[in-house]
Amino acid sequence: MTVTAQDVRDELAEFLRERRPDILRAWSEANVLSHVDPADTEQESAELLAGVVQAIRDGAEGDSGHEGFSAARSVLGTVVSGSRDGARPDLAALKPPLLRLWTEHRRSAGPDGLTEHAVDGAVALSTAVDTLRAVLLELEVDAGLETIRAQREQLTELSTPVIKLWDGVLAIPLIGTLDSMRSQAATENLLEQIVAQQARVAILDITGVPAVDTMVAQHLLKTAMAARLMGAECIISGIRPQIAQTMVQLGIDLGEVATRATLADALGYALRTTGMAVVSDQHS
Amino acid sequence: MTIVPTVREVPIRTDMDIVGVRQAVREVAVSVGFSLVDQTKVVTAASELARNTLKHGGGGTAEIELEERADSTALRLVFRDEGPGIGDVELALRDGYSSSGGLGLGLSGARRLADEFDLRTAEGEGTTVTVAFVNRDPAAR
Ligand SMILES: Nc1ncnc2c1ncn2[C@@H]1O[C@H](COP(=O)(O)OP(=O)(O)OP(=O)(O)O)[C@@H](O)[C@H]1O
Ligand SMILES: [Mg+2]
Repeated sequence: MTVTAQDVRDELAEFLRERRPDILRAWSEANVLSHVDPADTEQESAELLAGVVQAIRDGAEGDSGHEGFSAARSVLGTVVSGSRDGARPDLAALKPPLLRLWTEHRRSAGPDGLTEHAVDGAVALSTAVDTLRAVLLELEVDAGLETIRAQREQLTELSTPVIKLWDGVLAIPLIGTLDSMRSQAATENLLEQIVAQQARVAILDITGVPAVDTMVAQHLLKTAMAARLMGAECIISGIRPQIAQTMVQLGIDLGEVATRATLADALGYALRTTGMAVVSDQHS
Repeated sequence: MTIVPTVREVPIRTDMDIVGVRQAVREVAVSVGFSLVDQTKVVTAASELARNTLKHGGGGTAEIELEERADSTALRLVFRDEGPGIGDVELALRDGYSSSGGLGLGLSGARRLADEFDLRTAEGEGTTVTVAFVNRDPAAR
């Protein structure tokens, strides 16, 4: 990064102050930060420009950590969070109008206007816009990582949702391969909800489990036992015929744990257990 | 009787590999027309033996083989490890015996699920368990 001489800096500062209205108008027209209300666009452009002015004054136009870019950061942050539709603003479009105005400004200074100073100034301005782009990119990457993190969290939770079917009746549909981490999460989730909702019955539905081996069976038995200690009865539902046959040959005995063919049967049983009755409405 | 060479060999080193064994076994079982019940039996036995290979044998391999017989197809699974071996085979095959707090039904249960079962082991030299499942009615494929 070239160190721009102090007199070039002074001149840049003067240029940015004098031509501020022109720059802001040109930036608004560049349609980078397009808002419904033009006043908002103007406001944001002004904040970006203020940041650029501050950074250039301090000779820090290439340093995205400089405080001049902090204000820009919050403006660009709202831009990132607002661009859910995938459209991303191209800040490069801020550059041509800025450089054009700078060249004009230099030319108007007289025949010697387009000297080395002019080039140094253009480089500094160009660098400042590039830094704005870098700040935007950083924000976008952060936002992306945040999204991935949130989605991963949702997935872990999603794989073991506890559903309230009725007052005092919970169901947990177990799906796919129950690796030890997920079955652990499922049990913890269920036990917490049993306490929180004062559940009397918890239905473990295994319709979505492709095979019940000794590890899965032991997990189901342990969960049922823990639930019982917390005052809830466990029912296992959704044991498909091929799984039932295999479990029998494997020698798995679910003991006192109640089983029902379907989730609906299990719910009927649970409602009776909790003192409810399901009756058909003769009048409808 | 023709022995088709190993269809697949799957390493067993982590929990995720056990999932891989189950998937590979199910694919082969489906490809030779096993019924849903038979697929479930094969996959469940594979899951037990693969976990034993990892948990008790310290890891090893699973081989999946197909064998064309006169009027049937056999799906054979060979689980091999070079772990501590099994000192008392009779005890290990007893329902409910587990040296590690399991249900103690994996080995004996796999023997019941399979049509053929073979266990070779020597203390300090590892264990090889072979199970075969026969698709008796190829016409039904
Ligand atoms: N490959 C092996 N190498 C060494 N020991 C083994 C091996 N396979 C089984 N065993 C021994 O045989 C015992 C019984 O095995 P089995 O699979 O029936 O029960 P488990 O693995 O302990 O529990 P689970 O019911 O969860 O499978 C084991 O506890 C272990 O001591
Ligand atoms: Mg076992």
